[in-house]
Amino acid sequence: MRPRRILADFAVFSKGYVRNPIALFFSLVFPIILIAMFGFIFQSGTTKVNLYVENLDHNSNASRTFLTILNHTGAVNVNLVAPSDANASGGFGQYLSNNGYTVGLVIPAGFGAAYLAGNATSPILYTDPQDLTSGGVAEGACTGVANAMNLAASHGKQVVTISNANVGSQVLKYIDYLVPGLVGFTILTSPMFAMVDISSSYRKDHIFRQLSLTPLTKGEWLTAKIIWYIALTFLTTAIMLSIGTFAFGAHVTVGLGLLPFLILGPFFFVSLGMLAGSIAKTPESAAVIGNVVTFPMMFLSGTFFPVSGFNPQLQAVAHALPLYYVIDGMNQTMLFQHYGTTLWIDFAVVFVGSIVVFIAAILAFRWRDE
Amino acid sequence: MPKVIEVDGLVKEYGAVTAVDRIRFSVDEGQVFAFLGPNGAGKTTTVEVLEGLREATKGTVSVLGLDPWTDGRELHRQIGVIPQDFRFFEKITPREAIEYYAALFDRKADAMGLLRQVGLDDKANARFDTLSGGQKQKLGLSLALVNDPKIYFLDEPTTGLDPQARRSIWEVIKTLKAAHRTVFLTTHYLEEAELLADQVAIIHHGRIIAEGTPASIIREHGRPQRLVVEGSPGLPELLRTSLKLPVRVDAGRAVVEIRERKDIVQAMVAIEQSGLPWSGFATESDTLEDVFVSLVGRMDDGVLKSEGSA
Ligand SMILES: Nc1ncnc2c1ncn2[C@@H]1O[C@H](COP(=O)(O)OP(=O)(O)OP(=O)(O)O)[C@@H](O)[C@H]1O
Ligand SMILES: [Mg+2]
Repeated sequence: MRPRRILADFAVFSKGYVRNPIALFFSLVFPIILIAMFGFIFQSGTTKVNLYVENLDHNSNASRTFLTILNHTGAVNVNLVAPSDANASGGFGQYLSNNGYTVGLVIPAGFGAAYLAGNATSPILYTDPQDLTSGGVAEGACTGVANAMNLAASHGKQVVTISNANVGSQVLKYIDYLVPGLVGFTILTSPMFAMVDISSSYRKDHIFRQLSLTPLTKGEWLTAKIIWYIALTFLTTAIMLSIGTFAFGAHVTVGLGLLPFLILGPFFFVSLGMLAGSIAKTPESAAVIGNVVTFPMMFLSGTFFPVSGFNPQLQAVAHALPLYYVIDGMNQTMLFQHYGTTLWIDFAVVFVGSIVVFIAAILAFRWRDE
Repeated sequence: MPKVIEVDGLVKEYGAVTAVDRIRFSVDEGQVFAFLGPNGAGKTTTVEVLEGLREATKGTVSVLGLDPWTDGRELHRQIGVIPQDFRFFEKITPREAIEYYAALFDRKADAMGLLRQVGLDDKANARFDTLSGGQKQKLGLSLALVNDPKIYFLDEPTTGLDPQARRSIWEVIKTLKAAHRTVFLTTHYLEEAELLADQVAIIHHGRIIAEGTPASIIREHGRPQRLVVEGSPGLPELLRTSLKLPVRVDAGRAVVEIRERKDIVQAMVAIEQSGLPWSGFATESDTLEDVFVSLVGRMDDGVLKSEGSA
């Protein structure tokens, strides 16, 4: 690896890139459109998720406090349901689905007494897999309030827990998930599609053959592409962070923990794109292979919807997708500030994966016709 | 003279197609070697094997003492190449392209100087996709010059160039030759080969059908030199009786096949002495192009006949 050659190739590639209006449009304007579009679509939904509450403990102060705070988070709109109505429908869950409601909460009888006594008690959150967004928002709000009450009354002892709740301690809005999700989306799509295209068009135009006649190595060439896409990722991330934060009020933390993912993500997907393009025999099959690899990741890795809201089968699928670990890693640092085992696992998966795919790509792609 | 290219028994097959069929030749250091042949003869295939871009099916190939296929990286530092259809990054300018190559080869390059040498300095800052076909070809040549290679492989470097541009490429090749560089050239312009080449090989259907200096090929495969005299209709008969050389009539002119220079003098003396009127005379000899056309044509006729009778 000679830095001078990598640098020279980087310079030529980046010049070619910025002089191509279409490529530039897709890499810079597309993320803006994406975040603006999703931001606007879900803006109203995120501020007012209708939460239907059956309060079986309606005489206690604790339950009323819980619901009042919940209403004030701004994330949900609490609507009380009379227990008699729920019973008439044959149960709360049935009641929700009869009325087309997607999120509901049952506060159990004895909630207030248990809270005061410091005994565990669990309100049950009903969510609809068809409406993961509202479910996620309600879950975040309920957990946040529960934690606040725990802190206030019992010095942090886990008294009130939301059943099945598994979200961070702050109330997360959809736009918060959307920022790392869409950063992940561009980390995936812009190098993947570009490299699949390059691998076949350079072959067709004999550019690889031309380069093989110089001292440039395949590793240097691929490294230059990786550096370019890392730079591009920093740029698009900055753009999306600004829009998400200033236009849609996203609350995300930007720290050093983000860096490895902004570097390794492009590293991984530039290599994967080259690998996909290289094992294909024709430009058409390269595009097909590229799409088959890319499309499941575009939707199932936590790009547009948090994976925690998926059903277990889909979650299992998500855990098999490399992009999941990039986005989850960014979620850990940007949303939860959890610098724990999960983050390290995400990092390890992406790190090892990148090296493996990089080497595989270099072995698979050929400068010359053989 | 040390040999810098040695090829023996080279065969290259593409599936069922045998593009190159057991060819053998060598090129001396400092020579301009012209490789000629009709379309599809196997020129590009041979060049690409020599450059290490294609693997030989059979035979041995040595360039600068290296096996091009296995020692490609080492070889590529010492050779310069213009591929037949040179293409480059679309949005990059010639000047940037040269600077890029200079960095890759770890050289210092005078980009403008190189572009001036091939006559492309006026397009130094134009993007590749706006260059004409000939201008792209010139950029290819200037890139081949960047690493000051020992051998140049130029696959049809002048195809599609205007006469002026072609001459400027010839000048570059002459300069290289003066600097004792070896040039392996393929071309369809026979006068180009005749002008530049020390050695010529003609390949047809993957086989070498003639080889040598341009003059020796013409001598061996061409028709004898001819004296053509215009004038009285009695001239052919006069020459036939007085010279004992074959004489034909072509468009009213007498055409004498001559063996030696003094045949010309004798013929003209005989005409003068006979008193028959004559208006002009000229000598005609075959060019490399005449030889090429007749050689290739003869072979094709042979192929067609044998196929027809089979
Ligand atoms: N990649 C390939 N696959 C299959 N056949 C090929 C391939 N490349 C060349 N050929 C065949 O090999 C033969 C020789 O081709 P080659 O390109 O060497 O000819 P050439 O002498 O350079 O012709 P031209 O003057 O047209 O450039 C042709 O019959 C051609 O069809
Ligand atoms: Mg050719």
